[in-house]
Amino acid sequence: MTTTLTEAPPPLSPTAPERTPPRRRGRLTPYWLLLPGILWLVLFFLLPMVYQASTSVQTGSLEQGYEVTWHFATYWDALSAYAPQFLRSVVYAAAATVLCLLLGYPLAYLIAFRAGRWRNLIMVLVIAPFFTSFLIRTLAWKTILADGGPLVGALNTLHVLDVTGWLGWTAGDRVLATPLAVVCGLTYNFLPFMVLPLYTSLERIDPRLHEASGDLYARPSTTFRKVTFPLSMPGVVSGTLLTFIPATGDYVNADLLGSTDTRMVGNVIQTQFLRVLDYPTAAALSFILMAAILLMVTVYIRRSGTEDLV
Amino acid sequence: MNTTHTAPAVRQTGGDVRLSGISKTYGSFTAVHPLDLTVPRGSFFALLGASGCGKTTTLRMIAGLEEPTTGTVSLGDQDVTRLPPYKRPVNTVFQSYALFPHLDIFENVAFGLRRRGIKGVKKQVEEMLDLVQLGEQARKKPHQLSGGQQQRVAVARALINHPRVLLLDEPLGALDLKLRRQMQLELKRIQTEVGITFVHVTHDQEEAMTMADTVAVMNGGRVEQLGAPADLYENPRTTFVANFLGTSNFIEAEVGSHRGDDLLLDACGDRLVLPRARCGAPAAVGTKVLAGVRPEKISLAHADDAGAVPGDRNRLTGTIAEASFTGVATQYVLDSPACPRFSVYVQNVDRDTRLVPGAEVVAHWSPAHTFGLDAAQDAGAGAEETA
Repeated sequence: MTTTLTEAPPPLSPTAPERTPPRRRGRLTPYWLLLPGILWLVLFFLLPMVYQASTSVQTGSLEQGYEVTWHFATYWDALSAYAPQFLRSVVYAAAATVLCLLLGYPLAYLIAFRAGRWRNLIMVLVIAPFFTSFLIRTLAWKTILADGGPLVGALNTLHVLDVTGWLGWTAGDRVLATPLAVVCGLTYNFLPFMVLPLYTSLERIDPRLHEASGDLYARPSTTFRKVTFPLSMPGVVSGTLLTFIPATGDYVNADLLGSTDTRMVGNVIQTQFLRVLDYPTAAALSFILMAAILLMVTVYIRRSGTEDLV
Repeated sequence: MNTTHTAPAVRQTGGDVRLSGISKTYGSFTAVHPLDLTVPRGSFFALLGASGCGKTTTLRMIAGLEEPTTGTVSLGDQDVTRLPPYKRPVNTVFQSYALFPHLDIFENVAFGLRRRGIKGVKKQVEEMLDLVQLGEQARKKPHQLSGGQQQRVAVARALINHPRVLLLDEPLGALDLKLRRQMQLELKRIQTEVGITFVHVTHDQEEAMTMADTVAVMNGGRVEQLGAPADLYENPRTTFVANFLGTSNFIEAEVGSHRGDDLLLDACGDRLVLPRARCGAPAAVGTKVLAGVRPEKISLAHADDAGAVPGDRNRLTGTIAEASFTGVATQYVLDSPACPRFSVYVQNVDRDTRLVPGAEVVAHWSPAHTFGLDAAQDAGAGAEETA
């Protein structure tokens, strides 16, 4: 034990060497550490973007090759030719996002506040679908919604299909190859992206705030409206973005569960790139989609005012 | 078995908060044993105890945040046991304040009024913010305020509803010592000003004694003793109370004989006088008792001056084991045959330089400052919690 005293660092003497100014290399260290990330972004984000941007203003044909002619008319042509698909993408994605929110919020609330020791199990169940391929899961919905299957039969008996058919969501006595099927697929596939951020922000709410609200004469429903929901807004915003953005560009659900009448802009881009081989139109469509999403997201974030939340 | 405690009425007669046979069990653990308690209207009532003694559970049962296993809670003549918290005319100041982080100070304070559908809250909220001296901060968010300011918002948010009872759950626990002392006086001032019944839960005995008219000392889910702070301090009925409120010395003694209204005790050769009225234990000749005395009631004389000590004082001989100078006073620990660690606090008026460790001394005090307790209890109960 006596050795502890001698191990103490020697006191700073006034003759200690003066601090040398930080060396040049030391100052650059942060930038060197940033380099791998920057390289990654340049290689896999910036370069493809520039390449696509240049493709979108090229003209020519597959036989004679394409060259940059700054032909911006491609954008206008693409937009006017495929406006219905654009609109459909936004409508389907918005419907799926709303459905995800309606299904996901109670689930996230249950996990955050009521699940107790089942919390981890339910979380695993939410994530479990990711263990199988996106494609397989979507194909499974083909079976679930199959013509004459038990689900469609039940909906038919209950006359639900009459209502959805009148609304234009389904056609006749089938669900498959209708807008409803596509929206169901989108909702199913993106639900975890809604539940996880919602859960995270609900779980962070101090349960004593609920008690304080009840103590201050708020009945449980008022507590939800005035305290819980406003405090979960960061989760609502990130959940809706994580659902809406990929759902708008999705083409697998429309491809597998839809028909030619439910084509979304993702399907058009895929066809232009891989079947028609009209690269400029495909690239232009991609940029229009990106710009449209950026615009909508910006307006949405401004409107929801989440930057003001803690 | 119920124990009944009724605090003396402070301002008005007619108990405002009445707990009857109230208890709470979680599985096999009993947090609060059946308890009867009446808090008079307008009083400042403190529930004092170490953590886990059931004081917060009792408070939460009054607020409606916890449902009692047995018993009833009444406010005045109204039985509120089955009412949910949002229907009770009771408000709580939570331990960590639980201010709504998404609302500004004004809206936090207005919350209760708005929920009751009261229109035109502006004037009331502004008056309340002025009362707690936060008028300038109305449009700030809670996280922009200091701990002391947040605490005052929590008080304002509860008080603005004019509750029948204000419940305070360790409201000063998160503040540093200096601010805590300041807020104690502040809360006391507010309570006097608004005249609402305050029920205050705390583990800080000094806080309880400074602020409350009546203190209930809780231990293991039961109320050990209830009374005015000075009464509890001077006449503790259990060793737990004697040790939890301040410090006490206990001398193991045997009742030797009776002399008028006094008991004469034998303590390892020393003879002590204990007024019979201050003995809370059976006093038949031959029974063992614990003779208690507070360290600050005791004077010290060097053995050479033992003759100068008046004959009617209780005395104990010993040697000084430790002496620590604390500025205002010097704290001595004596080693005496009757009590191995006997504490004495001596005010630093005229310091006797002979009183150093190793010195032979006589400790003496007035018999009226001696209290007697049942020797069956642990003399050290409650001592660790305050350390």
